[in-house]
Amino acid sequence: MTGEGLLGPYRVLDLTDDRGWVCGRILADLGADVIKVEPPGGDPGRRRGPFYQDLPHPERSLYFWAFNLNKRGVTLNLETADGRELFRRLVAVSDFVIESFDPGYLDSLGLGFDELRRLNPRVILVSISAFGQDGPYAGYRATDIVGMAMGGMMAVSGDPDRPPVRVSVPQAWLHAGAQGAAGAMIAHYYREMTGRGQHVDVSMQQAVIWTLMNETPFPLPDFYGFDLRRAGARRTTGRLVIRQIYPCRDGYICLLILGGQAGARSMRGLMTLLEEAGLLPDWLREFEWETWDMATPRHHPTAQAELEAIESLLGELFRQRTKSELYEAALKHGILLAPVNTVTDLFNNPQLAARGFWVEVEHPELGTRVTYPGPFVQGTLNPARIYRRPPLIGEHNEEVYCGLLGLTRSDLERLRGANAI
Amino acid sequence: MVARVFDGLKVADFSWVGVGPITTKYLADHGATVVRVESATRPDVLRVIPPFKGGVPGLNRSQFFANYNTSKLGLALNLNTPEGREVAWRLIMWADVVAESFTPGTMKAWGLDYEAIARVRPDIIMISTCQQGQTGPHAHYGGFGQLASALGGYYEVTGWPDREPAGPYGAYTDFICPPFALAALVAALDYRRRTGKGQYLDLSQFECGLQFLGPALLDYAVNGRVATRAGNRDSQACPHGAFPCAGEDRWIAVAVTTDREWQEFCRVLGHPEWATDSRFATFLARRQNEDLLESLVAEATRTRDAYELMAALQAARVPAGVVQRCSDLHRDPQLAHRGHWVTLNHCEMGPTVYDGIPFRLSETPGRLERPAPCLGEHTEFVLKELLGYTDEEIAGLVIAGALE
Repeated sequence: MTGEGLLGPYRVLDLTDDRGWVCGRILADLGADVIKVEPPGGDPGRRRGPFYQDLPHPERSLYFWAFNLNKRGVTLNLETADGRELFRRLVAVSDFVIESFDPGYLDSLGLGFDELRRLNPRVILVSISAFGQDGPYAGYRATDIVGMAMGGMMAVSGDPDRPPVRVSVPQAWLHAGAQGAAGAMIAHYYREMTGRGQHVDVSMQQAVIWTLMNETPFPLPDFYGFDLRRAGARRTTGRLVIRQIYPCRDGYICLLILGGQAGARSMRGLMTLLEEAGLLPDWLREFEWETWDMATPRHHPTAQAELEAIESLLGELFRQRTKSELYEAALKHGILLAPVNTVTDLFNNPQLAARGFWVEVEHPELGTRVTYPGPFVQGTLNPARIYRRPPLIGEHNEEVYCGLLGLTRSDLERLRGANAI
Repeated sequence: MVARVFDGLKVADFSWVGVGPITTKYLADHGATVVRVESATRPDVLRVIPPFKGGVPGLNRSQFFANYNTSKLGLALNLNTPEGREVAWRLIMWADVVAESFTPGTMKAWGLDYEAIARVRPDIIMISTCQQGQTGPHAHYGGFGQLASALGGYYEVTGWPDREPAGPYGAYTDFICPPFALAALVAALDYRRRTGKGQYLDLSQFECGLQFLGPALLDYAVNGRVATRAGNRDSQACPHGAFPCAGEDRWIAVAVTTDREWQEFCRVLGHPEWATDSRFATFLARRQNEDLLESLVAEATRTRDAYELMAALQAARVPAGVVQRCSDLHRDPQLAHRGHWVTLNHCEMGPTVYDGIPFRLSETPGRLERPAPCLGEHTEFVLKELLGYTDEEIAGLVIAGALE
């Protein structure tokens, strides 16, 4: 079954739960035939909310829907001999296997990478785990918050006078899954050149570390010897603390105050707004923004005092305006300012609408259409697309087991009776 | 000798700052020849942002820049000169992949947009990774990842419900997009191998960044619920949060989801009686008394060493992890085991620690081949060895100011 997308000829067996879903989702968006392989009764991740109309049910998990769109679905019980045999046959006709079990689980079933490679030398196995397949923490248990903590993101997020925070919408496993997709595609390129598959071993902890921006070198003795600390609505660069999130009339905005070439146009735009509002003081009027280095004060005794003086003027201006007024001004003057959007704002965003980002997907069983976030990339050949709604539990058992593996319907009945599917 | 996956793949990399360079870094670390085009007249902004080696600023001293540009060759080129654009064309004719991340319209003003390139190189694969995409009313908005993170909804959902938004740290969406971009790029290369067709990839950081908010977006679309920041609370686990440990600003993150985990948690904390206390015995009861529970847990953790408590909770199969700072990451035994930190000898910074590859490939692990280039470090090599310029021609380019 060769599809029309970029990865049309390739098949993926997706054994993951919510720890690894997004990896297969990315390959599916690019056109691969991704078959979600769930235990009988469905993926445990289906029990996670939010739910459609707030009714908890494995076929109504929005959490599941979000990351399993575009996949087909079968049920398979790896804990039975028949189930393992079926899985072996699927591996023989697949290009990728993605899993997010605790390290060692597939090996304990006799289905580790060596066995998969024996069945299909071309197969690529992507293993997504919290800390990697081996090492001192390989057996540690982790959830989103543990990943954000151990990967360094929490320490720098949140208000300084309260505990560090994670992002309230879970993120850590998503970073791991996305890195898994990158690793899978690198392995794929190699496989298509050489015919050799390989094992991709992804660590959530390392994936989170890759979100730390410029932070990791700070504590090294040959850099600054100190860690950056969380600063809430502010950010720290070196030794300066700069406000980044400001209240405005109907919410918050984010502003990047930046010196030199990269920030000059934005700073001039801000001065125009201050002038229009009658808030521009004489001392600021004379600033040459092209050569402004925020670490070198021009009018105040310290750089920090100068920044705070500028921030307080801007704060006054922002309190008088709405998010969208300020964003319009930012677009007009090239100011490095953006609204702190709520989900509602996102659905009303004119840019996303103009690019046709939101996609309506039919859910006939529920008699409804659901608006999904659209493809992650656009382009001349529509590289990423929305192909199909997320699978129901075991929806494609017959299609896959009979159509692909050549089983008969009575085989299916027997397997169902043996709790193999 | 370990095989290099992208050996022979040629990349003309006009991108700068975060998403573009991190995307092409995957290719470079796995063997592609990536020529990073820069100009001293407008250097990559990351070159002038800390951390600087020894705390001393300098165009070749920022590890912020260096971390994202390993294994690449540095070509200095002023695209505002006609001669510079000539060189760019020769580089494009040499390349399989063109990457750029300027504000939309910039490449077109130089005559280097996809349409112009595809006319002579229909097989080229080009990726643009700007803030909001190449089309639409806000396409011209030029910004940085912090702004995309605010725009993309992440700030609203990070921090405490009774306070202003508070993060996440940094240009967050800049670090969502690169693995997506890489996957699309390699899929496009695979497609070209099979069909001969090139293509243009228009990645909007805004749109790509939204992929990780999927459940919250659907919750609004079907239930009308507007996600907001919830501190560290979670709908599935209780207690769930960061609790203080011994020492200054030391914390442990804990997620208790099942009854078994709750009982073990109480035992390890030295309060087995909580497990049968009617205020905390069930998930619903704990959820109802969460404020009280959190303060009791904090009392119990406050005197414990964070790492010892993590080990004790993990031994009892309870998910727990120290809120590690970067200094902790540099001595983390698991990261050492994974070989996460890699020291490379940079031409101006000397031996310097880089972040390694975030996954391990069993056959082709990849390698940080070289430190990031100093500005224009490989200009002569690229012009002579890759593009076939003669010494006389190069002298002409220098005089024309094309190599600045």
